[in-house]
Parts: sequence; structure tokens; C-alpha cells
Amino acid sequence: MADIDATSPEAIWHRLSARRGAAIATGLAVLLVCVTLDTATGPAMLAPSVVASAVMRLAEDPMVDAIVWSIRLPVALMAVAVGAALGATGAVMQTVLNNPLASSYTVGISAGAGFGAALVIVLGAALPVPEAFAVPVSAFLFAALACSCVWLLGGPRGATAETLVLAGIALMFLFQAMLAALQFIASPEALQQVVFWLFGSLQRATWTKLAVVAGILLAMAPMIMRDAWSLTALRLGEDRAAALGIGLLGLRLRALVFVALATGAAVAFVGTIGFVGLVAPHLARMLLGEDQRWLLPGSALAGALLLSAASVASKTIMPGALIPIGIVTALVGVPFFAWLVLSTRRVLS
Amino acid sequence: MRLSLRDLTVHYGKRVALEGVKFDARGGEVVALIGPNGSGKSTLLRAIAGLQRHAGGVVVLEGATREAIGFMPQDTGARAALTVLETVLLGRRRALGWRVPGAELARAAEVLRQLGIATLAGRLLGELSGGQRQLVFLAQLLAAEPRVLLLDEPTSALDIRHTLSLLALVRELTRGRGLVTIIAIHDLNAAARFADRVALLCEGRLLAEGRPDGVLTEATIARAYGVHAHVHAAPDGHIAISPSHALGAA
Repeated sequence: MADIDATSPEAIWHRLSARRGAAIATGLAVLLVCVTLDTATGPAMLAPSVVASAVMRLAEDPMVDAIVWSIRLPVALMAVAVGAALGATGAVMQTVLNNPLASSYTVGISAGAGFGAALVIVLGAALPVPEAFAVPVSAFLFAALACSCVWLLGGPRGATAETLVLAGIALMFLFQAMLAALQFIASPEALQQVVFWLFGSLQRATWTKLAVVAGILLAMAPMIMRDAWSLTALRLGEDRAAALGIGLLGLRLRALVFVALATGAAVAFVGTIGFVGLVAPHLARMLLGEDQRWLLPGSALAGALLLSAASVASKTIMPGALIPIGIVTALVGVPFFAWLVLSTRRVLS
Repeated sequence: MRLSLRDLTVHYGKRVALEGVKFDARGGEVVALIGPNGSGKSTLLRAIAGLQRHAGGVVVLEGATREAIGFMPQDTGARAALTVLETVLLGRRRALGWRVPGAELARAAEVLRQLGIATLAGRLLGELSGGQRQLVFLAQLLAAEPRVLLLDEPTSALDIRHTLSLLALVRELTRGRGLVTIIAIHDLNAAARFADRVALLCEGRLLAEGRPDGVLTEATIARAYGVHAHVHAAPDGHIAISPSHALGAA
């Protein structure tokens, strides 16, 4: 039926959908390659074929099996889960706040998480959880707290995009100041730990932590995807979205809950990783447009790809050394992004 | 169907944007809302659409629910990386899930064809001219099949040909489907030609309301706009307005 007239709106729609589907499929394939490389690289380099057989539990060498399953795979998959969370939350925030610079980093949520982590590291705050989880739980709670503060500060004035952005930026400075104060009073050992946490690292990943991050993300995904059309409408301006019958206040609140939980889970275990949440949505937007049915999963995929690639780079840039992932994402990502923005216009149509 | 405004009053802080506006619009009738800049036209449309809180008065809609009100704000969306078809489909938002049903796609395509912009379907909003975007947003509004059409300066960026065909289409739909249509518009000649009734706002008050030839007189135009205009009968029976100079100016 689509072949009656290739220029009909229906035909255009089907072509557009097919092209976007192909872009997502390509991204997934590249991600698979990245994860394989990520699992292959490290102090003991493994051939991709060895990785593949180990993943299928066919490795003859128990050592290889242990390296892949106990050490490398949780890290490689954590990069995917955290990258996806940062990418998706970045896209939601940029849409809801109508601001291309919005990300969990720029509106103080990462700063809140950093403060929460530092609080436990420096003061050893007593939380009723196992010690290994005290820092992540505190980071998570403060990320959620930061999100609530953004809402409480920006909300009474109608929770418009502007008030929320301003509230977020004010909050970022507040948490950074409090974090600096903690660092000022910290012992040298604690200070080193805090700084290292702030760099971000995937190396602390375990299957349990991975399950928590992935579980939260997967549980939240249907919730935010149900709002995909409403979020798309928001791109046409608040007035038009309201005229289309969308309750803006509720939509913003649901979006912020998603952002709080997903960002909180992501940064809690790996520390603050900037740049991914900012850039992944832009990458996805260039390829997929702003129909949020595509943009949200696309941003998650782009974030996963970026962080997975950064994880590979962090192990290979200086052989033998492991550069903190948070540094690599910016060092490698910024030139790449600048090149991308300067060399491509919209690839969409 | 009938839309009644009873003593509608809207405040922006201490400033009174609308005061005691009352009039009725019946199904099948196009009402042109005219008035100088800042006279409260957009505010009135927003209040009817339920987007603007009013300090007093009521909006009563008989024969349809509030969901049946379709409001087209002035031009927005130029920065969104959305295609025309996606934009129009948003008018059908309630019927869409992750998958877009074929019937909904067909309906959106049909509205695009009706407005003569089917070839734009795959283009991005930001690539369009202001006039093309106005047609796209009208398509979005029509796709939702509203019973009340509130259009805020829908022709401000259109050339005369598109202005005429858009207003003719809106009038045809209004009469054919028995819609209530209110169009805020600056072009007095277009108002005289296409509206069944004209409502003239001035400083938040309804200065005059009724048939075009009753409202668009030299005296009311001078009073509302401070402009001298010659009003005469055009050969086709409509009235034509030729503004000549601003009163009080050289």
C-alpha cells in the first residue's frame, strides 16, 4: 500500500520509521562490539573469540572464565547500564527544561550525589545498610533530595522550565560549596577517596550493583515511555502542549521522579560521570529527531555507547594504567562531539 | 452547540487584561475577534481554552465537552527537531501508543492533503517558513477534530492566496460540521469577508459586537484604532475598509 505513491505522507512516515529502526539496530550492533572490546581489554588481553566463548561459558581455561565473568563483564555491562541511564535522563531533562544544556550534571543532581557520597566517606555517617552500600545509598538519597529541592524551589512559581533550570543551577552551586567544605575538613585519606569517587569509576561494579542499576532503569522505562507523546508535544512550547490537553505540572513531576531515580542509581555506584548525559541526547537527536518514542531509547543507546567506548579507551590510552572513566569521557568525548557538531548538519531528512 | 462568555474578567497581577466580556457564539458561526495590539484578543482565546485563569465570569459550553475545544496559539516550535507529520499526529495524541495505528496516520495525512501541504510531511518544522508552520499547526488542530476552533492570528504569516484559502476552509468546516469558531485577526477586510460576526475588543473591553457591517464602521474603527478609514461596499456585497491615516498624526 505504501508503494502507490512514494511521496505520500504515509510512505514518508514508513521510510522515516524504517531509517530510525536501522539507526537503532546499527547502534546496538556497535554497542555489542564495544562491550566485547571492553571485556577483552585489561591487564590480560583476550582475543574477541576467547571473550565470546567465555561468555557462552565455553572457555577451557578457568582463569579466563573467572576474568570474564567475575571481573570484566560486570564492569562492561555497568558501563552500558550507567551510560543508558545518563543518556535517557539527559534527554528527558533537556526536553522538560527546554534547555539543550540540561543534564544531571548541570542542574545539581550529580553535585548532590557527590555531596552524599562525600558525607559518608568523610564523616562516616551511620546508615542502616552494609558498609559497601553506605556510600551508594547516601549518594542516591542526596541525588533524589537534589531533585526534590529543584522541584520545591522551582515548583511554587508554576514549575516553568526557566524556574526549574535556575533552581537547579543554584542548587549545584550550593552542593558544590558544601562538598568543598567537606573536602576542607576531611583527613588526607578521606579526601583522596572523595576525589577518586568524584572522578567516577566503573571498577567497583559487581553483579549485585549492576542488577540494582539495571533493575531501576528497566522498571522506570515503561513509565517514562508512556509519556513519550506528551514530552514530544512539550517541544512545541508550553502553551501548545497545554492546548493539546497535557497536564504540564504532572508531566514535569513524573519526569523529575524518573530523573531522580535513574540518575541516583547510576551515579551512586560509579561516581559522577559528566558529559555523557549532556551529549548522548544531542547525538541521538541528530540521528533520530525529537519524537521521544525514538529519542529516549536512542539517547539511552548513545549514552551506553559513549560510556562503553570510554571504558575501552580508559584502559588502552595508557597501556598498563587505568584512567578514571569520568576524565576519559570528557577528554575523548569533547573533541569527538565538536567534530560531529561542526561536520554534520541535521542528518534527519 | 453554543459557547457563552458571561462577564469574563482576567487580571495579570494588578493590570486588568479583560473586563466583563460577554458574548455568545453559536455552532456554524465564524466570529472574528479584532482589536488593537494588547487589547486582550489572545488572553480571551486562552481564557476560553482554559489556559488562563479568570478572576471573574464564566465560560459555558453547551453541547460539547471541554476536551472538544481546540486552540491554536501563535507561531511556536521553530526549534523543535520534529517532522510535520509528527507534529500533526500530536493532535491525535490520545489515540496513539508507541505504535501509530494506520487509521491515525491516514487521518493525519488526510488533513495535510486538505490543507495542500502533504508534500511537507517529512520536513522539519525548523526548515519551514512561518506561513508553512501556521498551516502545519492548523493541520494539527484539525486532526484533533475539535468542536470549538480558537485560532490566534492564524494568517499573520500567510500570503494573500493562503490567507483566503485558509479562511475559506475554516468557514466551510465551521458551517459543514456546525463548529464554533473564533479567529483573532488583524486584517479587517478578511474579518469582514469571512466572519459571520465580529467582536471588537479595546483595552480589555468588548467595544462592539455583531454583523461585520454593524461593527466595522468608520466611527468604531476611529474609536478603537485611532485611524481614519473609508468603509464602502465592495462589488460582491461585502464591505471593504481602506484605512487612510492615523488620527492625530500629520
